[in-house]
Amino acid sequence: MSKSLDCIKSGIITENPTFVQMLGMCPTMAVTTSAINGIGMGLTTTVILILSNMMISALRKFIPDKVRIPAYIVVVASFVTIVQFLLEGFVPSLYDSLGIYIPLIVVNCIILGRAESFASKNNIWLSMMDGIGMGLGFTIGLTSIGIFRELLGNGSVFGFNLMPSSYQPVTILILAPGAFFVLAGLVAVQNKVRLTKAKKAGSEISVCERTDGCASCTNALCSGKAYTLESVMEDKKATKEEKKASEEKKASDDKKEVE
Amino acid sequence: MNLFLIAVSAALVNNVVLSQFLGLCPFIGVSKKVDTAAGMGGAVIFVITIASAVTNIIYSQILVRFDVTYLQTIVFILVIAALVQFVEMVLKKLMPPLYKALGVYLPLITTNCAVLGVALLNVQKSYGFVASVINGFGTALGFTVAIVIMAGIREKIEYNDIPESFKGTPIVLLTAGLMAMAFFGFSGLIK
Repeated sequence: MSKSLDCIKSGIITENPTFVQMLGMCPTMAVTTSAINGIGMGLTTTVILILSNMMISALRKFIPDKVRIPAYIVVVASFVTIVQFLLEGFVPSLYDSLGIYIPLIVVNCIILGRAESFASKNNIWLSMMDGIGMGLGFTIGLTSIGIFRELLGNGSVFGFNLMPSSYQPVTILILAPGAFFVLAGLVAVQNKVRLTKAKKAGSEISVCERTDGCASCTNALCSGKAYTLESVMEDKKATKEEKKASEEKKASDDKKEVE
Repeated sequence: MNLFLIAVSAALVNNVVLSQFLGLCPFIGVSKKVDTAAGMGGAVIFVITIASAVTNIIYSQILVRFDVTYLQTIVFILVIAALVQFVEMVLKKLMPPLYKALGVYLPLITTNCAVLGVALLNVQKSYGFVASVINGFGTALGFTVAIVIMAGIREKIEYNDIPESFKGTPIVLLTAGLMAMAFFGFSGLIK
């Protein structure tokens, strides 16, 4: 029982998909123009994540290793289609405001990532718990970004006016550029936290691997960050030899990226 | 004239990266150098244009005919994945020089949300065959313009003095935000 609680906790806090893993950034930026859209998108993704995790976990012994990614995609796409119809039927206003981003949940990194790294190795119950944890973590992330952007950009939260009438809303925050600015701030804060942690521990920062493309990436924004931290650490304490080694590593990383 | 408007609107006014946030992963991942960015852009133009044509034919000839349009998401994503593999094989066999130029970028595009996004938008806006292809081409052109400009700026940014925690992705995102503001200027083109 405690194991399943751990799964939920890690999804919401320690491995939060939005704030820690930085996964699924396309929908995060696109739909967080208001808090209600954020929560709608988050819950939709949660439902699909739970269902697909359970289904993939149930089928994990029957899916041949070589065709597992297409198989996962079919499973996820089926659930997305079902949920899309449910939304269209029962919550048409949300369906209209999320629009094309509902079918695009198929290519959301979080869902395929959890299928590949968790559901294909664990039993149905734990996979469901993992889906709930990750989904709620994503929902909390989207909702808080949505609240932030709506509050500053429109002076309201969930449609209720909160700011005094003298407040001049920063409209740019709910437009497209605002999404980029908010996300930039978020990644910068995360970088800051990691840098201070690394300095305190005096240890090397783990460099995450990444391949390009939304579904296959384990961390979409990782490459830039890893590169930054590497170069910063280099400046701080690297000897010439280490520098050389890291340069070689960088070169091979670049090669990997191209491949 | 209408088709021209579709192309301009897809490429500049509703830029796929800067106003619709599709294809952000390659936009941030492959924009370190101008020539790799241009290569990626070329591959994206190639794949999205073909994918729009193929998905449009499949939608109108198979899905609509047999009244199974609700399968569009599943069918499109599988068709796109298969198509990219197929295009890669054909190019390798028939046009080695083009394959050499675009080859390495093709596998990266399979899961690019922009490809699926364009296919779905074509259906949503009920474009015909020609309009779909033009829309796909325009969207991909917009992606290329954005990623090449971004790569050009990033090459210069390398030499700037940026606060530690803003190095890397955050500064790229900030630049993208400024570019998105600049692209707002195009919205006056079409009413």
